[in-house]
Amino acid sequence: MTTNGVSIPAPLGLLAELTHRCPLGCPYCSNPLVLDKRDDELEVATWERVFKEASALGVLQVHLSGGEPAARRDLVEIVKSARDAGLYSNLITSAVGLTPQTLRTLAEVGLDHVQISIQDSDEASADHIAGYKGAFARKRALAMEVVKLGLPLTINMVVHRANIARIPAMVELSLSLGASRVEIAHVQYYGWALQNRAALMPTREQVEQAVAEVERLRETLRGRIVIDAVVPDYYARFPKPCVGGWGRRSLNVTPAGKVLPCHAAEVIPDLEFWNVREHSLSEIWRSSPAFLAFRGSDWMQEPCRSCALKDKDFGGCRCQAFLLVGNARAADPVCHLSPHHHLVQHLASVHRDQPYVYRHS
Amino acid sequence: MTEVADNARPKLPRGVRLTHNEAQGGWLLLAPERVFKADTVSVEILKRCTGEASIAAIVDDLAKAFTGAPRERIHADVVKLIGGLAEKKLLELA
Repeated sequence: MTTNGVSIPAPLGLLAELTHRCPLGCPYCSNPLVLDKRDDELEVATWERVFKEASALGVLQVHLSGGEPAARRDLVEIVKSARDAGLYSNLITSAVGLTPQTLRTLAEVGLDHVQISIQDSDEASADHIAGYKGAFARKRALAMEVVKLGLPLTINMVVHRANIARIPAMVELSLSLGASRVEIAHVQYYGWALQNRAALMPTREQVEQAVAEVERLRETLRGRIVIDAVVPDYYARFPKPCVGGWGRRSLNVTPAGKVLPCHAAEVIPDLEFWNVREHSLSEIWRSSPAFLAFRGSDWMQEPCRSCALKDKDFGGCRCQAFLLVGNARAADPVCHLSPHHHLVQHLASVHRDQPYVYRHS
Repeated sequence: MTEVADNARPKLPRGVRLTHNEAQGGWLLLAPERVFKADTVSVEILKRCTGEASIAAIVDDLAKAFTGAPRERIHADVVKLIGGLAEKKLLELA
């Protein structure tokens, strides 16, 4: 596919944010501070069309997320329409509000994979982080249902100062629940997480220990469980290739139908997002101003423009460049070559044991 | 790498699917949060991972279909691919 001589790759993944509603209040939530309202959520018929258009564009996998996707009463129909469109369907859930009955029906209509978040291996701490008493027990119970139904299960654990020391215990818990895969994701500081940065930020010693522990666990558990880890941004020397490059591999549809190149993109001012209510997904992918803004490398400034790694990490994260440096075209300051890298190093050293600001709608 | 016995019967587990997609340029193995491009040889092997055929039977079948290649070479390719995928939980060995 080409537009104006620029070759446009086919996207692989679609993140479908079905709703921003969620019973949990996790202080690291990366949803925007201003959430889409229930009345504005896309109806099933529109999702059905979006999934068909996504499949025709080359999308292989749809990640059904939120908020809590089970907050939608029509979740089964939505999953079914994703499967009917030929997509691999992945349900990303907090497990709170998802009943075993609904889960069984989802499995029957062809759901491919379930990912459940767990806040900690320690029950009291887990419920405290989620801001929801009893969440941990429900997650454990539903995880077992997933495995009983023969669906593959991933446990996702977001790590930060309060739970980072218990990574081995959390991996052990995932194994005991029957998960085939575990995702250890250090908090990324967007949305609510940015508000809570000083309360969540781990120390350098904690991060170094965590990285070593993950390596050791990968070795000892090889063949028993797959461990994927997302590196802690603020302690890195090189930036992450955010979303695999802007407008290269994935797109994100918000509950109200806006299509974003990444789920945090709305923080960047003056980007024009198109909505699936008004445009086809293919038009949006090819021509919407937000997707064109940072696709390719013409938008780059130094040190990215002349960098040998610019086609590997794509200058890092545009949202982070804007949030920390005030310029979405700047190098992600996580990069040690950024003139603002010292800022990230400073922020990583700020730790304040203060109450979380819980996400609320 | 996971050891693969000749009588093992490999099978794609639930949540792992082999699919063909024009826009992505061919055969792909879809798995939880992951997508792998499958080359011609891998596709031929994976299509035979039904849970019914043993490794030995798969190798025999491939040797019949691709008469130019020696059986030991096919056996080595099959064991390498299947062992690697089993370790990543992309194949079950019954």
